[in-house]
Amino acid sequence: MAKTIWVLVEIEDGRPARSSLEVLSKAAHLGRAEAIVLGSAAATVAPSLGEFGAEKVYVHADPTYDTYLTLPAVDTISDLLQRQQPDLLLFPTTYDVRDIAARLSARHNLGLITDATDLRYEGERLEVTVPWGGENVVVATHPYQGTGIVLTRPKAFSVERFEGRQAEIEQLSVTLRPESQQMKILDRVEVQSEGPALEDASIIVSGGRGLGKAENYHLVEELAAVLGGAPGATRAIVDAGWLPYSYQIGQTGKTVKPTLYIACGISGAIQHLAGMKGSKYIIAINKDEHAPIFSVADLGIVGDVLTILPQLTEEVKRRKAQL
Amino acid sequence: MKIFVCVKQIPDPNTVESKLDPATKRLVRTGVSLVLDPGDETTIAAAIKLRDSLGNSELTAISMGPASAQEALRRALAMGVDRAILISDPALAGSDVLGTARTLAAALKRESPDLIFCSTESTDGYTGMVPGAIAELLGLPQLTFAREITVEGSKAVIKRVTQTGYEVVESPLPAVVTIASGSFEAIYPTMKGIMSARKKPFSQLSLSDLGLEPSQVGEAGAREQILSIGKAEARAAGQIIKDEGNAAEIIADFLQRHQLL
Repeated sequence: MAKTIWVLVEIEDGRPARSSLEVLSKAAHLGRAEAIVLGSAAATVAPSLGEFGAEKVYVHADPTYDTYLTLPAVDTISDLLQRQQPDLLLFPTTYDVRDIAARLSARHNLGLITDATDLRYEGERLEVTVPWGGENVVVATHPYQGTGIVLTRPKAFSVERFEGRQAEIEQLSVTLRPESQQMKILDRVEVQSEGPALEDASIIVSGGRGLGKAENYHLVEELAAVLGGAPGATRAIVDAGWLPYSYQIGQTGKTVKPTLYIACGISGAIQHLAGMKGSKYIIAINKDEHAPIFSVADLGIVGDVLTILPQLTEEVKRRKAQL
Repeated sequence: MKIFVCVKQIPDPNTVESKLDPATKRLVRTGVSLVLDPGDETTIAAAIKLRDSLGNSELTAISMGPASAQEALRRALAMGVDRAILISDPALAGSDVLGTARTLAAALKRESPDLIFCSTESTDGYTGMVPGAIAELLGLPQLTFAREITVEGSKAVIKRVTQTGYEVVESPLPAVVTIASGSFEAIYPTMKGIMSARKKPFSQLSLSDLGLEPSQVGEAGAREQILSIGKAEARAAGQIIKDEGNAAEIIADFLQRHQLL
């Protein structure tokens, strides 16, 4: 029998989040995909989800979900889980979904596999592919009968259209508990950055500890600016407080797949490679000729970023002026 | 106020590549350099800062791990944590997210904490699931990705990092709080700190101390299982050139050749 797979669909700017649609498309290939969509925009978003693979959409358009974190969503999905036993909760890895999945796992004793880049059913058994360390890939499963949870790595799947598919819509009638409305969002602040967002940029220039000190990061920003790209960073320099978390590329930061990735003074920790090695072209500049980053680079330059970056920025400016 | 920080000892991410034992499918810990998770150093710094600002508060570091994890807790004490608890038991080997959270939650429950700090995720496993699971098991709210935290009366307010900026989030206490990496300046132990750490209270707990059964944790209780370990597809390495003053030109040529200018 076809497996039933639930996908929690998040809403961004009134539309279904791309990361949710990626996972929904994958779910539709694995079995019967059912979406859950919560919050004030849920009713308007729900009808479009059939086209992305959903056969059914559970909707609760209560604005409470918009202003409180985690628990209202956890309660609603829990309630649904008690009435029905899907085979799998297949969720995208985002800030909020991570928190929701962790609580659902603990509340219902559901096995949790994170950072999946692929999954399939071998007969009754789910087999989940998870990259592990730099060199390995493990295949994991939930060793029991019943619902499991899998969180997927961003951009592991592409969004597909299921032309003409219309999802059945079921309105949920959940009464939200007052005790779940504990973590209240008081304010939301958008920080405007110039240039393209990291996730959307086709060119990324990224810096690591090889830059020496925070004051040298402007060299990365300047090259990114002349190339029309976005500046990024490794976990090491974010940890060191040079830059905010939003710049971090890697398994725990952002996964990026630009056309060009220029790694400046980045040794290539596994965590970082996980977030960027899907880039089409990779150029690495590093002093240490044994740095692991060179193993994934199309062009590796053994040299000092502090000398090369200003020269490269000038050279790019000069050539662009001639084009 | 009773503040706790959950910490973990991991293979040093700067010197070793973590490996899995093909037979046991567990992390190889022998023969590798082990350190306090770098993210935890930031989290401890955040917890110390809050403890000091509140006054009349005690900060305890807690860890689940083998005997060697004592070292990570000693470092936390040397940084300025007041007290340490290590939960160590052979039955805990092979614990998954739920087994780990269940063990830590059982130990924390005995202490009636007001605040529990965790890192957003560990630097070895990266799942980021343990804090939320602890919160659920203790019936507490969870404030995640905090880059700032203040406590007033019985409420905590955090600035929570989001994809596009931040949110200001409020929660009643007790609560679980996770700290976003890079948000706080790490504290380096001084000689004085290292000396005084030796005299600070350090307790060790086993599974039976916590009233847990071996079947609820470790490999026996795991709800996930590794079926096989294989080699990842390698990306072919390209050309590597030593800079002889012409690197900028070589890179610019590459960009032009691939129409990236």
